[in-house]
Amino acid sequence: MNSVLTQLQPAAPHRMQEDDEFQQADSASWGSMAGFGNLSRSGGVQGMSIPRVSDPTAFLDLHTDNMSSNPDAKIKIAHGTTTLAFRFKGGIIVAVDSRATAGSYIASGTVKKVIEINKFLLGTMAGGAADCQYWCTYLGMQCRLYELRNKERISVAAASKLLANMVYQYKGMGLSMGTMVCGWDKTGPRIFYVDDDGQRLNGDLFSVGSGSTFAYGVLDQGYKWDLTDEEAQELGRRSIIAAGHRDAYSGNTCNVYHVRQEGWEFIGNYDVNELWYEYEAKKKAAREEAVAGASAAATAASPMAVEQ
Amino acid sequence: MALYSNAPASYADHTSAPIEHRFNPYSDNGGSILAIAGKDFSVIAGDTRQSEGYNIQTRYARKVWQLTDKAVLATNGFAADGNNFVKRVKQRLEWYEHAHHKPMGLKSIARMIQTMLYAKRFFPYYVYNILGGIEEDGSGAVYSFDPVGSYEREACRAAGAAQSLIQPFLDNQIYFKNQTPETGSEPFIPGNLPLSTVLSLVVDSFTSATERHIEVGDGMEIYVVMNKGRTTDDLLDKKKLGPGMEVEELGALGEGGGERTFLVRAALKRD
Repeated sequence: MNSVLTQLQPAAPHRMQEDDEFQQADSASWGSMAGFGNLSRSGGVQGMSIPRVSDPTAFLDLHTDNMSSNPDAKIKIAHGTTTLAFRFKGGIIVAVDSRATAGSYIASGTVKKVIEINKFLLGTMAGGAADCQYWCTYLGMQCRLYELRNKERISVAAASKLLANMVYQYKGMGLSMGTMVCGWDKTGPRIFYVDDDGQRLNGDLFSVGSGSTFAYGVLDQGYKWDLTDEEAQELGRRSIIAAGHRDAYSGNTCNVYHVRQEGWEFIGNYDVNELWYEYEAKKKAAREEAVAGASAAATAASPMAVEQ
Repeated sequence: MALYSNAPASYADHTSAPIEHRFNPYSDNGGSILAIAGKDFSVIAGDTRQSEGYNIQTRYARKVWQLTDKAVLATNGFAADGNNFVKRVKQRLEWYEHAHHKPMGLKSIARMIQTMLYAKRFFPYYVYNILGGIEEDGSGAVYSFDPVGSYEREACRAAGAAQSLIQPFLDNQIYFKNQTPETGSEPFIPGNLPLSTVLSLVVDSFTSATERHIEVGDGMEIYVVMNKGRTTDDLLDKKKLGPGMEVEELGALGEGGGERTFLVRAALKRD
């Protein structure tokens, strides 16, 4: 029995301490390594410093508002909100809002929640902004390395699996991300949903974030495979506007991207508030036209439907 | 182990009684910082009060740091973390210069700050960073960060205790939010304000925040980074500066690429 000894010794995972950061600061830190100087040669992350406590996750929960579970915490991590992506005849539409909140404060209204991994791959940001930004950038590096090693582009399935495996290593540590990896490969347009639990799902249509329920409502009623490019872009935009209107944690502006065989294209940035009133005005005009049409039909006193 | 086959009662008492251990390494030292990007200049400012709760620890603590000839970093949050973070950023910048024989560019510093913050994702620096300076294309730039490294390039940003007081003012004055141009007049174009206007906006932001926030005051330091070849008349003309404001040019840190950094100091209310 060496229980006394084990009590005195720190548990194995806690050995990664801050002092090691300088021992690990090798030539990678001296040179550039694209700023990812803290990565080991095998691609793993090293030097992630962990507090010297028995339960590092509880420590993180106590001091950060991670996953919004502790709104009183000092360290407010910016959170992302409504994102969606769907597959259709003409490729993939990716639409997102641009609001980041820290508690009830709007930390930013100009967040880029679509992360351009490379010319053919997009990632979306929901959950912790830093987690999504960092790991999608890291995924971009790994995809480029794959391309150089194999002389062909990585498939969306493989790229999303790299991401899922990477975050799975940190499962239970308090990462917060829900991302959709979207792209066009040999098999056509593909969307994979990857989250912080390590879950990875292939699908035609996803919406992620606090406003996702509102977005799904609009998306599901208007979605079909045979949408034209314009109809599909409008559906994505309309869904984000609806979510931005009803969900307090979503809004400001809407960014729309279209993924085709030649890679992705940025469609536009739209003000959520302005567009909402534009839609309202259109609805009102349509209603008035319908009433005018009905009364014209009544005065004609015809039992048949009047075509106008 | 035979020695402990019958553990002494005193030993058991020490371990069996539940003791709450809470590791609380963070503190909030108040203060506020802000940065505004212009067409060919960038302004990065912060107040100099450092407090803990209602207690003022010092009336002069630095929050804004010159990193290179074209980059200035402002930190806010927990001062110990902030000072240490800046120290490490400066070290990495020095290493980079030794390896590449040139100073690191602004956008690279921004990305490096992201990875340095994210390396402490599970034991974060309690620091909000704002990086300002001149981009490689000569334009003024501001990058703002959250404590774990998510970042974005913006035209202006306020952070810290008075963030919620200052940011709406900047949104209105810099981005012209909720303003409508007079009928027939030119539309507003954000990001084209002259330096004199930006400077007075910075001063007004801090004097106003000092009036309404207990953690802001004492003094302010405003760093102005100018692109090479740009006129400095609009800053150095004594008549354009408010009373009690002093300008000092900070010499080039490296070989000097022509960019110039100035430090403007001004007093704030000390009550």
